[in-house]
Amino acid sequence: MASKSIYRRRLINRIVQSAFLFASLVSTAALVVIFFTLTAESMSFFTNVSVIEFLTGTKWTVLFADKHFGILPLLNATLITSAIAVAFATPVGLAAAIYMSEYAGKRARNLIKPVVETLSGIPTVVYGYFALYFVTPQVLRGLIPDLGIHNALAVGLMIGVLILPIVASLSDDAMRSVPEDLRLAAYSLGARKYQVVLKVIVPAALSGIVASVILAFARAMGETMIAAIAGGFRPILSFDVREAMQTMPSYIAQVATGDAPHGTIEYQSLFAVGLFLLLITAALNFIGIRVVRRWEIRY
Amino acid sequence: MGDQVLKGEGDVSLKRAATRRKVLDGLVPVIASIGVFVAIAFLVSLLLYVVVTGAGRLTPTLITDYPSANPREAGMRSAILGSVFTVGLAGLICIPLSIATAVYLNEYAGNKWWSQVLRYNIANLAGVPSIVFGVVGLGFLVYGLGLGRSIIAGAFTLAILTLPYVTVVCVEALRAVPDDQRLGAYALGATTFEVVRYIVLPRAMPMMLTGGILGISRALGEAAPILVISGLLFIREDPTSLLSEFTVIPLQLYSWISRPQVAFQQLAAAGIIVLLAILLALNSLAIYLRQRFYRRLEAG
Amino acid sequence: MNEDTAMNTLEMVTSGRVEEAVEHRTAFDDAIIQVRGLSVRYNARYAIKDISIDFGRNQITAIIGPSGCGKSTLLRSLNRMNDLIPGAVVEGKVLYRGIDVYSKEVDPVALRSRIGMVFQRPNPFPMSIFDNVAFGLRVNGIKLSKDELYRKVKEALEKAALWEEVKDRLDAHAYSLSGGQQQRLCIARALAVEPEVLLLDEPTVSLDPISTAKIEELLISIKKDYTIIIVTHNMLQAARVSDYTAVMMPDENLVGRLIEFGPTKEVFTRPRDRRTEAYIAGRIG
Repeated sequence: MASKSIYRRRLINRIVQSAFLFASLVSTAALVVIFFTLTAESMSFFTNVSVIEFLTGTKWTVLFADKHFGILPLLNATLITSAIAVAFATPVGLAAAIYMSEYAGKRARNLIKPVVETLSGIPTVVYGYFALYFVTPQVLRGLIPDLGIHNALAVGLMIGVLILPIVASLSDDAMRSVPEDLRLAAYSLGARKYQVVLKVIVPAALSGIVASVILAFARAMGETMIAAIAGGFRPILSFDVREAMQTMPSYIAQVATGDAPHGTIEYQSLFAVGLFLLLITAALNFIGIRVVRRWEIRY
Repeated sequence: MGDQVLKGEGDVSLKRAATRRKVLDGLVPVIASIGVFVAIAFLVSLLLYVVVTGAGRLTPTLITDYPSANPREAGMRSAILGSVFTVGLAGLICIPLSIATAVYLNEYAGNKWWSQVLRYNIANLAGVPSIVFGVVGLGFLVYGLGLGRSIIAGAFTLAILTLPYVTVVCVEALRAVPDDQRLGAYALGATTFEVVRYIVLPRAMPMMLTGGILGISRALGEAAPILVISGLLFIREDPTSLLSEFTVIPLQLYSWISRPQVAFQQLAAAGIIVLLAILLALNSLAIYLRQRFYRRLEAG
Repeated sequence: MNEDTAMNTLEMVTSGRVEEAVEHRTAFDDAIIQVRGLSVRYNARYAIKDISIDFGRNQITAIIGPSGCGKSTLLRSLNRMNDLIPGAVVEGKVLYRGIDVYSKEVDPVALRSRIGMVFQRPNPFPMSIFDNVAFGLRVNGIKLSKDELYRKVKEALEKAALWEEVKDRLDAHAYSLSGGQQQRLCIARALAVEPEVLLLDEPTVSLDPISTAKIEELLISIKKDYTIIIVTHNMLQAARVSDYTAVMMPDENLVGRLIEFGPTKEVFTRPRDRRTEAYIAGRIG
């Protein structure tokens, strides 16, 4: 190091800095590519289909001879399965977070948290398989006999398990970053531990918890394989969770499985649906990240 | 009076309230632990079901043979090779990019506005649904750049998909290196590059590799984007180049799961066991590296 | 506390028989808290050792001493806040109204609603001003009508000299208050539970002089209803507000010891212990 001249060392530093800057621009470039690719192909799609029909139509029959391009059935299915997922993951995940952050000892917590987080690491085809061959026939049919083989309920519950670690882990982080002196203050007023937890810690961590639920919701909306395997490919506008429903990602998967030659309307529809899905999840993530930011500033 | 109050006695309504609070105090942790129990019970029942269903079909030919319409003869050789090539290449692209991005953000850029923008974009990229990566890969790589439904198109897609996750871990690894080490080196007249090269990277490397491995295991489990890029193919030969058509393990599983016959369900379960075993091995390696990282941090 | 006892104590203090002086405190017929041979250790390390002291009813007692002398540890052992620290072990006795607060039948939760506490940094809960003050009443399961609750909240805020400043915005978030107001809110929050004893752990250390003066004034004004024990390392504050002063000092093993206790005036003008003198003169930080 010492034998090299200072000018050479500075030059090396400069070159490396530029290379690293270039590398760090890749993610931004990827976002630009994502946006423009989706927009460009969607433009071709929307020269054939009116935006109004796309946003308000209640029939999605792109893969049939009599084509209708209303996204509502797909959107409806996506929202219903994601809502079921969040309705399952929020109470269970929050309970797990409360247990991990307030009741489990340090050692137990270090054991439990990775196990819970494993649920996010299991490939989603495995969840799809489990939903189709075990959860629906062996568990849910016992409770609801007329449940379809493909149904929105099993899809929602399974996505709920998948996003449970998001809620549990982020809420745990949020609760553990509540300052210790708030706990002490509550104890000094004669509060019992459960009151400290439910009346001080959880409200203080609320924005972190809300953010975790929003981020989990966005993740649920984009989930593909569980919906494709256990939800069926039936683009029907329905609110009956016992029936098969096709979500937006599941539609994309169906088109990809079959044959949609480059340039056809089926091919273009992938991009329109993809763009629509991206815009919704991006909006949710935007809100989620803002909520997290606000909460970080507080303490 | 103090006497009574301290022992939780006193007037009747207060006493009742105190008893209620004591009961609730014991009840709340029990209810909370149900959350943990549900998660663990689900994990255990999933693993049990898969193992019970698939263990009988777990033969060497599952790994060495090509897929077949006959479930007794079918294997996942081409899918395993496809995964190794695609995910391996994705890792080779993603890990250096992530490390470089993290070093730039943490060591060079500081808190300048563009570094905030870059961080924000990385967070946004992490929020893009994986199927959308597939659609964009199809439009941009397969047709736009003319790479075709090839291994390299799949690898690039997976690399960008995992980039934000690995970058976040790399940034954490850099943050964990104590600042006084950097300051010490700067005080001796080192350039930023020298500080990074000789002080920061050697200490952060195990944790960064942990992030890389976690990224790889994530990419290994992804079916949706690859499904869009490669289609659902029936491949009975080994990949020969980066432009070969390919399939990956989760996709092979998907095609088996979609078949109604019981024999294919068993085959799928056996394939799932293989996939989970690979992921388990990768994660164990990641945990081992992370522990070494913390030991090294503590030792220094 | 009558004149004679004070004089006797003073004599003992000045004649150098500190053990007897401390012992003599048991004769305090009006002591609400009596500490006997109290030691606290965290795992194996003692923070304070062998402390005996009485706190008289409706008096303000200041505990002063350099940092690390264990004054906060002593304070926290009075309402069993040390129970919350893993590894903390308490030896000796703390008698509150003659009952050992560390005996089995005493519920620490009930104890804490009798002995309130205010902390170094203002730490209001992230909720409205009203809900902060009502918190203690609610968690203690005290059933009150809306009007009664409002009255109690108002009373507590008045005692804490905050009512006039917040009466029009009780629903505002507590974090919208200034630091000094937040600390007075924390005092109001503690008073709302109607404790007998109020423990304050360096309550003004993070505040500006004007806010500090307000809090000192309010402490003196509520003294007639409460027994107040205040930990401070601001000697002038101890001199300004307290009736009695206890001086603590770490020994050669850095274990906190009580080296002096008596009426504030005496402690400051005629300290018995050379270390007290040095500390007051600013030679021990």
